[in-house]
Amino acid sequence: MVNRWHSFGVVAMLFVAGWGQKSVSNAAPVDFSREVRPILADKCLRCHGPDDAARKAELRLDTEAGVRQAFAGGDLATSEAWQRIQSSDSDLHMPPADSGKVLKPAELDVLQRWMESGAAWSGHWAFARVRRPELPAVDRQDWPRNDLDRFVLARLEKEKLAPSPEATRETLIRRLSLDLTGLPPTLAEVDEFVRDHDTDAYQHVVDRLLRSPHYGERMAVEWLDAARYADTNGYQNDFDRSMWPWRDWVIAAFNDRMPFDQFVVEQLAGDLLPNPSQSQRVATGFNRNHRTVTEAGSIDEEWRVENVIDRVETTGTVFLGLTVGCARCHDHKYDPIAQREFYQLYSYFNSVNEVGVFTEKVGNSLPIERLLSAADKLRLETLDRKLADSRKEFERLRGDLPKVIEAWQAAAPSASSLASPATPVLVVPLAENANATNAVGEVIVAKEAATSLPAFVEGTLGKAASFEGKQAIEFGQAVRIERDRAFSCVVWVRPAEGGAIVSKMDDSQATRGLDVLVKPDGKLEVHLIHAWPKAAIKVVSKALLPRDVWSHLAVTFDGSSRAAGVSVYINGEPVSAETAADTLTGSIETDQPLRIGMRSNSQHFRGRLRDLRFYACALAQGEVTAALRSALATLTVSEALSDATKRSELERLYENLPGTELHQSKGAVQSLELEKKQLVDAAPTVMVMEDLLKPREAFVLSRGRYDMPDRKQPVQPNVPAFLPHLPDGAPANRLTLARWIVSPENPLTARVVVNRLWAQFFGTGLVATTENFGVQAEPPSNPALLDWLADELVRQNWNLQAIQKLIVTSATYRQSSAASAELTARDVGNRLLARGPRVRLPAEIVRDNALAVSGLLARKVGGPSVKPYQPEGVWVDLGGAAQRVYQQDHGENLYRRSMYTYRRRTIPHPAMTTFDAPSWEICQVKRLNTNTPLQALALLNDTTYVEAARKLAERVLTEGGASPTERVALAFRLATARRPTDAEVTALMAGYSRYRKNFSDDPAAAKELLKHGESPVPGNLDATELAAYMAVSSVILNLDETITKE
Amino acid sequence: MDVITDREPANALSRRRFLCRSGLGLGALAANLLARDDNMLARGDTVRAAPSATNDAAGEAEIEPRLPQRVKRVIYLFQSGAPSQLDLFENKPRLASMRGVELPDSVRQGQRLTTMTSGQKNFPIADSLFKFARHGKHGTWISELLPHTAKLADELCIIRSMTTEAINHDPAITFSQTGSQLAGRPSLGSWVAYGLGTENQDLPAFVVLLSRGTGKPGDQPLYDRLWASGFLPSKYQGVKLRRGNDPVLYLANPTGCSPAIRRQMLDDLKALNQLKHDAVGDPEILTRIAQYELAFRMQSSVPDLADIADEPAHVLRDYGPEVEKGGTYARNCLLARRLAERGVRFIQLYHMGWDQHGNLPNDIRGQCRDTDQPTAALLKDLRQRGLLDDTLIVWGGEFGRTVYSQGELTATNYGRDHHPRCFTMWLAGGPVRGGLDYGQTDDFSYNIVDKPVELFDLNATLLHLLGVDHTRLTYKFQGRDFRVTDVHGRVLHEVLA
Repeated sequence: MVNRWHSFGVVAMLFVAGWGQKSVSNAAPVDFSREVRPILADKCLRCHGPDDAARKAELRLDTEAGVRQAFAGGDLATSEAWQRIQSSDSDLHMPPADSGKVLKPAELDVLQRWMESGAAWSGHWAFARVRRPELPAVDRQDWPRNDLDRFVLARLEKEKLAPSPEATRETLIRRLSLDLTGLPPTLAEVDEFVRDHDTDAYQHVVDRLLRSPHYGERMAVEWLDAARYADTNGYQNDFDRSMWPWRDWVIAAFNDRMPFDQFVVEQLAGDLLPNPSQSQRVATGFNRNHRTVTEAGSIDEEWRVENVIDRVETTGTVFLGLTVGCARCHDHKYDPIAQREFYQLYSYFNSVNEVGVFTEKVGNSLPIERLLSAADKLRLETLDRKLADSRKEFERLRGDLPKVIEAWQAAAPSASSLASPATPVLVVPLAENANATNAVGEVIVAKEAATSLPAFVEGTLGKAASFEGKQAIEFGQAVRIERDRAFSCVVWVRPAEGGAIVSKMDDSQATRGLDVLVKPDGKLEVHLIHAWPKAAIKVVSKALLPRDVWSHLAVTFDGSSRAAGVSVYINGEPVSAETAADTLTGSIETDQPLRIGMRSNSQHFRGRLRDLRFYACALAQGEVTAALRSALATLTVSEALSDATKRSELERLYENLPGTELHQSKGAVQSLELEKKQLVDAAPTVMVMEDLLKPREAFVLSRGRYDMPDRKQPVQPNVPAFLPHLPDGAPANRLTLARWIVSPENPLTARVVVNRLWAQFFGTGLVATTENFGVQAEPPSNPALLDWLADELVRQNWNLQAIQKLIVTSATYRQSSAASAELTARDVGNRLLARGPRVRLPAEIVRDNALAVSGLLARKVGGPSVKPYQPEGVWVDLGGAAQRVYQQDHGENLYRRSMYTYRRRTIPHPAMTTFDAPSWEICQVKRLNTNTPLQALALLNDTTYVEAARKLAERVLTEGGASPTERVALAFRLATARRPTDAEVTALMAGYSRYRKNFSDDPAAAKELLKHGESPVPGNLDATELAAYMAVSSVILNLDETITKE
Repeated sequence: MDVITDREPANALSRRRFLCRSGLGLGALAANLLARDDNMLARGDTVRAAPSATNDAAGEAEIEPRLPQRVKRVIYLFQSGAPSQLDLFENKPRLASMRGVELPDSVRQGQRLTTMTSGQKNFPIADSLFKFARHGKHGTWISELLPHTAKLADELCIIRSMTTEAINHDPAITFSQTGSQLAGRPSLGSWVAYGLGTENQDLPAFVVLLSRGTGKPGDQPLYDRLWASGFLPSKYQGVKLRRGNDPVLYLANPTGCSPAIRRQMLDDLKALNQLKHDAVGDPEILTRIAQYELAFRMQSSVPDLADIADEPAHVLRDYGPEVEKGGTYARNCLLARRLAERGVRFIQLYHMGWDQHGNLPNDIRGQCRDTDQPTAALLKDLRQRGLLDDTLIVWGGEFGRTVYSQGELTATNYGRDHHPRCFTMWLAGGPVRGGLDYGQTDDFSYNIVDKPVELFDLNATLLHLLGVDHTRLTYKFQGRDFRVTDVHGRVLHEVLA
């Protein structure tokens, strides 16, 4: 039985060798950690792993004791596990059929050889502390350029493979430029490097690129994926937010060569550092980048919990390479992380001073940091000084107020002796009852409109009419309103939700007539309508009537039939107003009565009114002020109020009297306050971490559900027990966690980080499962190299550039990426590194490269995100209630680097998605690299690339010498950094001639083709020529080589 | 055993690279497509057993054993916003006498409510304003709002006992379409494309069509994630078919670039890429050449698909007048049939506008006007062409709606809040048992009293019909084998003949 399996395994291996490599050497010792554990993890740990609840037969294969017991120290005959694996009895066979897992012959072979060599156990490689490996011995001493190469070469020599020759200088400088700045080299840079035979030439290029401001941009690309950075909140209506200041922090941190340990500490816990700088607080935006719910009806705690869980999962993946999220609902199936430990990590992030649902909220959610520029700060200081002076002056004047009022009251004329500005045609006191008096003093008895008359309630201005939305008063035809008749209406108003104060309007006749109404936001609207909306005046005040506060309101109309003839005064002062309609023709008379409190059938008023007066003329400003004075004199402040309240009410009214020194002073204070508010409001904000003073309690959530906290299992912040412990006495907060993550004892962080760096340069990490270093991870292709780099990173004080320099100056990196068929077959994914990297560019850089090559690229670093070309309707197709239109930018913003393209998570820019950029909804540390027809369509037809082809054509026509051959060669060189071969020139020239002929036969098509894109077409170039070179350029921009780093 | 050879992490790329080397010519490569290519290549591999698929085209996923394939494709008619089961399918005659009566606590059982109604003081029962009648041989209850659908009652298996986890739209739609409330998982269509590939050489395996309802035009938005490929390679994401001249993004040549010039450009491009391949040997270049050829073919196959000029008048009449307008549900139903004919594997329609918190009676009429006739026409059309036998149709939204009124209940008006506990969906086509009522809710359509069906069960059944055991369609990510049904899912054998 065993033998049959065994020989089958060997046969299978020989076949597999075809797409793998050499046959397996049976003599090679089996490494438990790299070879056996992955098999056990994949096939067995679901039922025999760390999850107590799922464990079958009390057997654990994730611990040394369990493995020894099951595999009997390698004794095939007595090992229960081996017997079960071999059993043909379906009840006994392992793994069981319903697990969907089958041990492949090659895996059986590994297990058997491992057992035969004694079934030794060792811990998981990634959880063991990094120990600096010895430099391996190599035969070819002349090849390594630094120690890194010795690890690679040792492996190659073991495989009997030779490294590839060094790539050409053109290829190398393009590779370096794209890798370190995400931009292609200029031809001058290429030429200089090709000519420079100094031994340090390569080093100089590397140093120059590492100092480039675009270095930080290139490095940020992967970090933004990991940090799920975007410009919208990501759920449902997906409103705007502004996290770009955090994004700019990242770019600056890379450009400033911030050590990685500091980079981690500031992002996870910058707010908890002693006296944190603003920059350190901005850094904590990292853990506010997660999505936030705004959908109405959502349950707050449910989504607050999701915020916290997202932070735990992201932190686990990005820094530790652990899939901690698996332990949300139960103990981890593979890694030694108990559910309880998940919630210990959770409790580090659980105390942010936040809510879970910001219903329909646009923009950033608290806590936020506001970012003022240096100039803004200076202006703010000046404003504050001025404001302090103004306030002092105001207080001084106000201090005199009681005396002033006393004098004023003593001198106050009686109501009758007041020189009234004009005689009102209708006075409605609205104090004791609803009745009015007309110009000659006759009483007009009010009629109930709506359901009832308003109640008259005591308040700060004495009694006033209170409207609850169901009351109104009618006065028949007491006043006449027409478009050529002047009128004024003066009233005290204290709006609650607003509505029509007064109207003479017919809802059923295209709302013909007049109304004065308060909108819910406090704006005042005046309508004079013949037929809405064609023949009407509509004026909307910019100032607001405050809620639940008395204001004195006057509306005047000069009978000009024009909106300009309407004036609005609040507390005696004219307020500016917008004209929303100014098309009044035709009569506005109606047979509807004058109503207080509603229109004929709508706009029911809520709030209080007092002392409404109608005049048959347009009061001048002075008259309005006089009316206010008169009103003040006749108003009685409620007797029911205490003296103090009465006094303060009088004072408040007096303050608002225009023309007084006090009023002017108050105006000065207010305008300074407004200026300050506008300045502060205009400054960008970023969401940051900020904890509650008292931490929120955290519990294990049963089955991971927000509404099932297990009150018997409260948790305190802590780290998983299988990893190094926290220092004694360290505070239980994020700062401790962050420092623990970057402590030299932590086995994961440095490995995870150097692995991601490696992947940036070689396309695949030394550990291919960049996102997972747990026991289900793919073992490293070169474990010693991984550990050596990790150790080096810590030794170099977490200086990322030191590692990057090591990588890019290595002989390994400098190899040519061309591969023979044999090498491709032997090592499809280039995991042995017998050649240089050849990888399609990331989505952003595919586009940036085209922009740079064509000369369109705008090189500005940082700032708010931009909206370049996007096919029409992409947002409209999906948007529901939150219909937003994609407002495409113009000018420079069309050509900014793609990392600045606006990131709407629910509808990412299609050109980005097509080239495998994520949607930034959740943390992602690895992009897949696909090759699809949609990519071809985008590169051929997207305006971005059509325009880039046009600009490239222009460039070669103006800079490319006289002959077509020189010109096509220049276009090719700009795109690839190398000169085309003869065969390539022939192909390009054949194409050029045909396009030229085509376009000279059809010059209209040429002209049409040149129209794409918003950049201008120079008038001095021949359209046919330009179009022909444009077609050539488009072919060149579509080359596999152009979008590939070689 | 070496990590480099054996533990390729579901790495299609490497297989593709290997097989290119193994001598498959450009012609074979050019025949590959979106979801298809890797599989074609995989089957060129003499070492590995060919997947035992019953179909000519199988996807990239290694799934063994394959089950008998009962349907070849799926048309999913997603009614976004959540249609009211109480006004369309759930005839609850007891409610008439309880109109305006407070919903008893014994029915509510403390179930959670959205915060839109959790603060409401009263929960008055709102019986439906619409009449119900029995239809088909089995006398299935269907509302007067769906007269065309009702005529096809014998084709439908109406599942009245659907239930879901989420209570708000975004998570609920995401859950329905990806099996998780949170972002990041592949959509159902992506899983199917990954598992089964496509039958058509010139079209994507997974196509998405969107329309906006007239009932409530400013309703729930939709999100790219609903048809995204999550952690699966992005070539499996749904391709949106849009109205207008550019049905697939970037499909049309820029004006001024004639098809003749485009062809020349592609020939030049191919020649140059081939030279590059000869020099550096990267098989990825050959794939790129093939993808450009496919892109070129899509430039004619997609407009051909979208151009309905060849449809006879009587067919158009069946779908109703809206079919003449691009971007309507009616047009999309017709396109769904055209896609089905062309062998597209997963055809996903979304019709927005069902979120009727208020003014339900009026708004739902609009939604039914949009959808009833075209849905029925699609079934009929497929039946007449013999396509219904191997096509599964799924109709339904993300959750149900409450029996109590949200907001004021008047003689002619009411609204209904979200209700995840129970809702109605229907299936048709393939071996689905037409004329079957499955599952039952209580007198209030508030709780399920018989045969609850989870969305996981529905998805498991859907894969089962396509010939895939849902527990075997997995993808390793973050060290774990992910499935569209997670650790859940039961095939609903009872609804299948």
